[in-house]
Amino acid sequence: MELSVESRGNYVYRKAKSDLMMGVTVAATVVTLLPLFLILGYLIVKGAASVNWAFFTHMPAPVGEKGGGMANAIVGTLEVVAIACMIGVPLGIGAGLYLAENRGARYSSAIRFAADVMMGVPSIVVGIFIYGVVVHPMGGFSAIAGSIALAVIMIPLVTRTTEEIIVLIPHELREASLALGVPQWRTSLSVIVRSAMSGIATGVILAIARVAGETAPLLFTAFGNNFFSTSVAQPISTLTVQVYTYAISPFPDWQRQAWAGALVLTVIVLALELGVRWFTGGPAKSAH
Amino acid sequence: MVHRRAGKIRALTMADKLIVRRLDAWFKNVQALRDINLSFPENNVTAIIGPSGCGKSTLVRCLNRMHEVVPGARAEGEVLLDGENIYAPAVDPVQIRRRIGMVFQKPTPFPTMSIEDNVAAGLTLNRISLPHAERDRVIEKSLRQAALWEEVKDRLRRPGASLSGGQQQRLCVARALAVEPEVLLMDEPCSALDPISTARIEELLLDLKTSYTIVIVTHNMQQAARTADLTAFMYQGELIEFGDTRQIFTNPVRRETEDYITGRFG
Repeated sequence: MELSVESRGNYVYRKAKSDLMMGVTVAATVVTLLPLFLILGYLIVKGAASVNWAFFTHMPAPVGEKGGGMANAIVGTLEVVAIACMIGVPLGIGAGLYLAENRGARYSSAIRFAADVMMGVPSIVVGIFIYGVVVHPMGGFSAIAGSIALAVIMIPLVTRTTEEIIVLIPHELREASLALGVPQWRTSLSVIVRSAMSGIATGVILAIARVAGETAPLLFTAFGNNFFSTSVAQPISTLTVQVYTYAISPFPDWQRQAWAGALVLTVIVLALELGVRWFTGGPAKSAH
Repeated sequence: MVHRRAGKIRALTMADKLIVRRLDAWFKNVQALRDINLSFPENNVTAIIGPSGCGKSTLVRCLNRMHEVVPGARAEGEVLLDGENIYAPAVDPVQIRRRIGMVFQKPTPFPTMSIEDNVAAGLTLNRISLPHAERDRVIEKSLRQAALWEEVKDRLRRPGASLSGGQQQRLCVARALAVEPEVLLMDEPCSALDPISTARIEELLLDLKTSYTIVIVTHNMQQAARTADLTAFMYQGELIEFGDTRQIFTNPVRRETEDYITGRFG
């Protein structure tokens, strides 16, 4: 009896402790998510009033003139990010596949380390680097330079997520395919990468979301443009750089436009994310 | 059965479908198989038994050159398929694997594919395109051979992973049969299955041996006794005894074989 009473008291104490810890973790979650909703709410409050049809269809208005929009910057962001994906996604998936399939190889740990270091390189440094190797030799700022800068940021992200997802694919699946007389390369592409596709897509979305919001690497590469341009060889306007330029300006009209630009950029990234998730069949399914 | 040799190892018969001669295999520096010599006759089920780690899985994986896909693994010696050495330098292992199919321990349906796509996977992944009717015919024939057709014919477009474990394993058998191999290797195909599914796979083996040469690795001695015409006993990387299943189980020649089948070790 004595023992059971003691153990019961012990249980009540442990249960209270469990509830306390539960409360702490819930509080931590709320505090973590709060800024996200605050940011979204604040963006809507500040920006929604300036988002109208003209914002999407008009060019930036000169200082002092009412109205105007960011049509060129919206198209520019889409173009720069799309080209960055064309460069970065295949390279990143290829490198990730190599790392996953050659985990023990002599160079893989060096490549993995390099990818991790690359992820930590400040994005402005990437911008300066691309300025040196692309902008300077080409003789001027260009959309393609901006895309390359963003691709450089994307590659290590895509590489590492691809690798992490592919190593989760059971070894038996690869063997099952090889045992059917399917060559190694086709096994990798048609069975392994295909089975890992939804996971890889999630990694790609995260990389896109990350680079679509980058300003620093575009400052000395894509630069910005007050006019409408889709040429890859010309400077191009992007939402982030436009928001930056307008936000630090002293003109209230421009500042309002900066808020609208920030809101539109956030919505574009969100729509992209939902779109790719829908396309790859539901929210990030883990590879199994 | 005609194999009534008194000795401990049935002699190599050059007319057999698959002949293994002086086969050694390694994982890095560890030798897993030592001087294996045996042959598998056509339209027979041959069981390979032995305690864990004795090299029986390694042996079947050497028979369709799957051993070498493990990093650091290699094999030396000869494996003759219809008299042709599959380890000859000019032989493409990919081609060999199309002639010698394999079913693994765990069912491995491709998760992104439907039931019918799983069956046809060996064809589609090899870019062998068939007319639609012909493809459907192959799918139905393979599923019937694997005794799965009646259970799945109304839901061929459902994911392969939606089936039960036993059904998934029969799906893997159907997938292996769809590429029309000559030899079917089964590496402990029932070890993840319940007794009812196991019984179905065993019935299947007896049906399939009329058209294929079957080699089955098993931990389960009753399974070997029930299904196999010939049984090989392996121990520590060596072939200890090989002969008629009844003889191996009722009157083993070697001490190790007797100890193993009577449950004294393993």
